[in-house]
Parts: sequence; structure tokens; C-alpha cells
Amino acid sequence: MRLIRQLGNWLDQRLQLGAPIRETMQHPIPRDTASWYYVFGSAAMTAFGLQLVTGILLALIYVPSAGEAWNSLQILNHQVSLGWFIRALHGWGSNFMLAIVLVHMVQVFLFGAYKFPRELTWIIGIFLLLMTLGMAFTGQVLRFDQDSYWGLGIGASIASRVPIVGPAIVKLMLGGPIIAGATLSRFFALHVFVIPGSLMLFVGLHVLLVLKLGVNEWPMPGRLVRRADYVQKYHALTRTQGVPFMPYGVWKDAVFSGVILLVIAACALYFGPFGPTGQPDPRVIQTAPRPDFFFLWLYALLSLLPPSLETPVLLIGPVIALILLLVLPFFSGEGEKSWKRRPIAVLTILLTAVALGTFTNLASHTPWSPVMDAWSGAQIPARLVIGRTPLQVQGALVFQSKQCHNCHALGDVGGKRGPALDAVAVRLTSDQLVRQVLQGGGNMPAYGKNLNPAETTALVAFLETLHPAGQAAARDASLSPGEHP
Amino acid sequence: MSDLSRRQMFMKLAVLFNGVVGVLLAIPIVRYVLSPITRGRKSGYESWISLGSTDQFPSGETRLATFRNPVAQVSDGETADIPCWVRRIDDTKFQVFAINCAHLGCPVRWFPQSSLFMCPCHGGAYYSDGSRASGPPERGLFEYPFKILDGRLNIQAGELFTPGPSARVYDKTPDSRRPPCV
Repeated sequence: MRLIRQLGNWLDQRLQLGAPIRETMQHPIPRDTASWYYVFGSAAMTAFGLQLVTGILLALIYVPSAGEAWNSLQILNHQVSLGWFIRALHGWGSNFMLAIVLVHMVQVFLFGAYKFPRELTWIIGIFLLLMTLGMAFTGQVLRFDQDSYWGLGIGASIASRVPIVGPAIVKLMLGGPIIAGATLSRFFALHVFVIPGSLMLFVGLHVLLVLKLGVNEWPMPGRLVRRADYVQKYHALTRTQGVPFMPYGVWKDAVFSGVILLVIAACALYFGPFGPTGQPDPRVIQTAPRPDFFFLWLYALLSLLPPSLETPVLLIGPVIALILLLVLPFFSGEGEKSWKRRPIAVLTILLTAVALGTFTNLASHTPWSPVMDAWSGAQIPARLVIGRTPLQVQGALVFQSKQCHNCHALGDVGGKRGPALDAVAVRLTSDQLVRQVLQGGGNMPAYGKNLNPAETTALVAFLETLHPAGQAAARDASLSPGEHP
Repeated sequence: MSDLSRRQMFMKLAVLFNGVVGVLLAIPIVRYVLSPITRGRKSGYESWISLGSTDQFPSGETRLATFRNPVAQVSDGETADIPCWVRRIDDTKFQVFAINCAHLGCPVRWFPQSSLFMCPCHGGAYYSDGSRASGPPERGLFEYPFKILDGRLNIQAGELFTPGPSARVYDKTPDSRRPPCV
């Protein structure tokens, strides 16, 4: 014990860090802020620390070469002892880090912590969010599998739409003319050097600002922020009811960080690592690429936007969102902090959460994608073909063989790209069915050239049988009952 | 001139000197970083490559073909093996489509039964001649320029097709070659 103290004194005589560290740890914080609501920032930092450690461990084995990366992931998963666990920790750590950063941001927003004088802390936080998203995307690329390969293609396609410089951005992003070795190498450099380096610098600034400006006091309804006297009032608050940061605030931070680490480890142990999926071989085209969880909402948005709106929304939307976030502390730098008196702030959060949640949920069952193997894999329910005439059964065969089932569901199986056809005969008469099949329209391809008259007749004969038992098929109102077939 | 102001002037000169050195170093660094773009401007990435004998592509059918990208490094592995769809209309007329959907680049699949290309990502669909049938794409499939030399089908390739402005250069298919769409 004495030896340790002597060593400590020896070091401190030279480094002279003891006094400033003690001062920092003992600085007074408002009593209310030693709260469980204030633990997310430190937890995000802990998750980042875990990512640094596990990232370095993975780099011991991982080969950042387009020809070798996928194999090195297999080696990590199956040959290196506990390589799968380190991969799983890194993958789950990434998800948790992003989730905690978002929770931290919502808490800061609802508690009005971005207001005077903490505007810069908020702005640096926005950049930290962007970098965390950047880490998530580049990390997904390093897991160099099919999803990653085609995901890069999607990224390049989006980037190419930037006016004038789009093609140049694509080449810069890919490091060459195609998605290949140079692409993976530069994403490796971004994921391992550039972004983490900037993250560490910005995290340092962020924490420094928190220490210099003090932790945001607990927002009280009616206690308004004014530039003129906020700083004096804050200091008065910490003087009268301040408590030392250590241990009042820190012990809760430490407990929560520990819990987060345990939960990440539990997820890693139980669910295992993410992928890799199939090899990144562009010749294997039997694939339906999907982004990772945190980009699913974007995937949904890209499918649901009308084509004419897509490019403007993709290019201008993020810029507007970023500008809004950056000017927020200047636009509402004063006034009410409490969420209890900021209904618009609360509604903004709810709306954003519901929108992102809805898009993410939609993207998890992709109703807009054709089911590519439904025509050969999904059967037409027996009740729809039993007791039909030969012509109608022939029509059911045409329905399968011409891939109609890929986009249209029958009895809840098949694609959901187009409407389900279980009751199509109630909506369309036989003439209307013929027209729709031959000419398409309403986002359906025209089959005029791909069906001969016999096939069309059979298909429409089958479709005309598709109406619920108690509900008659639609009929042409211009014909008298006797004329109707 | 006092001693202090002399040193301040030296300090300014030192900053200026380092500024000049910095610019001198920045020129090669920036050129290095921009090399993927500048190379494209000088000699280009495109070149003519063979997809093999025309005999492997029966008339009236659409088949998957693959080629090794003309610009490839050892580290590229399988990623430099690029697939494409070859449609043979008759003896001399071909259409060679990029595998990438014109929406966001996912791999489109050919369904000969319904004569449609379908994209698994966001549901884009194209007719057999590559023109847009439905879904989010704003245009038809990308096409490689082709020529037939000594009974071999050659295409001009080397760059990933993206829906941005550069891709439109290749969209010069003469109307006579396109069958009229319904």
C-alpha cells in the first residue's frame, strides 16, 4: 500500500495531473442531476470504449481485402477460439451504442439541455451522432458479404444522384470504377482510423464542455433560461444545493454502464454474431439485399416514395434535417426547459419515433418486394381450384407460370407488391380484368406481349372465380341481366 | 526595431514558410486522394471485352453472362467478376443489360416465363427489351454498347452503372432496335 502511494506521488510530481483530476471529480453539480435520467451520455462512452477494444481484437484476424475478408470472418466465427463472441460483442455493441446515443439525444432535447450556454455541446453532439451512424454504415461494409456488396451499390446509386459532382463522388467512394478491393480498403481506413479518430476528439470536446459549463440542471416548469442571468443562477444553484460529482453522480453512471455491458454480453452470448451472409460474389444474383436494423427505415422510405420525389427527398431531406438540428439551439436558445411546458417538442419526438418505428416495421416484412420464388414455391390454396372447370384450372396454371403470384397474394401466400386477388372478381368485371392484364397500369407491367389469347382467356376465367362465397362477382352494368354471361 | 518585434516578424515568417511547405505537400496528397476520379477523366476505365462466342446466346433468349472487369487488382477477388444479361434478338442484334437495377443497383433477375426482369429490393420491373415496366426505377435497364468481332460478342464495360447523370451517356439505343412496347 505504501509502495503504491509512493509510486503515485512520484508520478504526480512529474505529471501534475492529480490536483486537476481531483478538482474535476469534486466539482459541484445540482443535487437533482445525480439522477438515473443522466446516465446515457456516459453509457454511450462506455459502449464506444467496448467498440474500441473489440475492434482492435477483431483487427488481429480480419483481412481488409475484397478477396479475403469474407474468409477471415469465417475463420473468426469458426476457427479462432471465441472469435464468434468478440464479433458478436462488436456487432451488438454497435447496435447498443447507436440506441443509447439516440436515447441520450432525446433526453437532452426533452430536458432543454441544448439551450444557452450549451449550444456548442449540442452541435458537437450532432456530429457525434453522424459519426456513430457513419461507423454503423462502414462497419456493415466491413462485414463483407452479399448485403454489404449490394449495400455499397445502393450507396453509390444514391450518391450518383447528386447534381454535377455525383459521378465523381461515386468514384471517390468506391475508390475506382466498380465495387472491389479498393472500396473495402477505403471503408476499412474510414472505419478504423478516420471516423474513430474524429470520434475520440469530438467525445473529448463534448465531455470537456460538459465539465466547463456544468451538467444541465433538472428542468423546472416555469424556470426560464435567460442569457442575461442564467450563468449566475446556475452557480447560485450549485452553491446552495450542489453535491460533488464524485460520488453522487458517478455511482449511477458506473452502475448503468456496467448493466449495459452485461446486457451487450448477454445478447452476444445468446444471439451470436451478425452474419456474414453469402459470399460477396456479384455473380450470385439470387439475393435480396437488406440493410442493418438502423437503416431499415431508409430502405422503406426508398421503396415508398414516388419516383419523382425520390431524388429531391434523398438529397435535400438530410440537409434540411441536419440544418434544423444545428440551428435548434439558436432558434430556441432561451425560455422554457421543461418538457411539461413544451408540447411541440414532445410531439416532435413522438412523431419522429412513430414514423421511424412504422418504416422500420414495414421494412422488416417488405411488402413492396416481389416474392421472387412464389411462382414456383407458393401454392394456390386448394379451395380456389377444387371444382373448377378445366379452363379455370388452366388459368390457375397461367397465374403460377407467368409469375403473377410473385406480386399478388392468394390466401395470404405470395407477394404483396400488388393487391391480393382473393376477391378481385368483386372489384373488376371480366372486360376490366382483360384490360388490366394486357395493358397493365397502376404500377403493374403490361402482359399483352407475354400472354397468348388462350392464356389470357384462361387466366381471366380463373380470376373471375375469385370472389367470397356470399358475394357476387362484379358485372357490366350496361348489359341487361339476360345478356350477362 | 525592438528585439521582440524582430522575433514576432520571424514567427510570422516561420508560419508563412510552413504554409508554403504545407501547400507544396498538399498538392500530391490531394492528387493521390482524387486519383479514382482523375484517372477516369484521362484514359477512362472502359474497354472492349469479350463475352465469348455468339453461339452461346440462342436467338430470342436472354442469358446471364459474366466477365472479368477490365480494371482489376489481385485484391479484388470475386468482386471483379461482373454479371450481365445478354438478350439476342436475331443474328446480329443484341442487347446487353447491366445487372444493376436502375433504381438503386440491386441485381435484377430475368423471368423468361413472363418475359420480365424483376428487382428483389424495391420491386422494379422491366420488359424484355429493358424498358421500364413498373416500380420505382425512373428509366429502363442500363445497356452496354456491343459489337461482334470474329463471331464473338464484345461489350464496352469497366464501370459500375449508377442512376446519376453519367449513366445517361449509354442510353443511346436507337429506337429502331427497340421493339415497340405495349
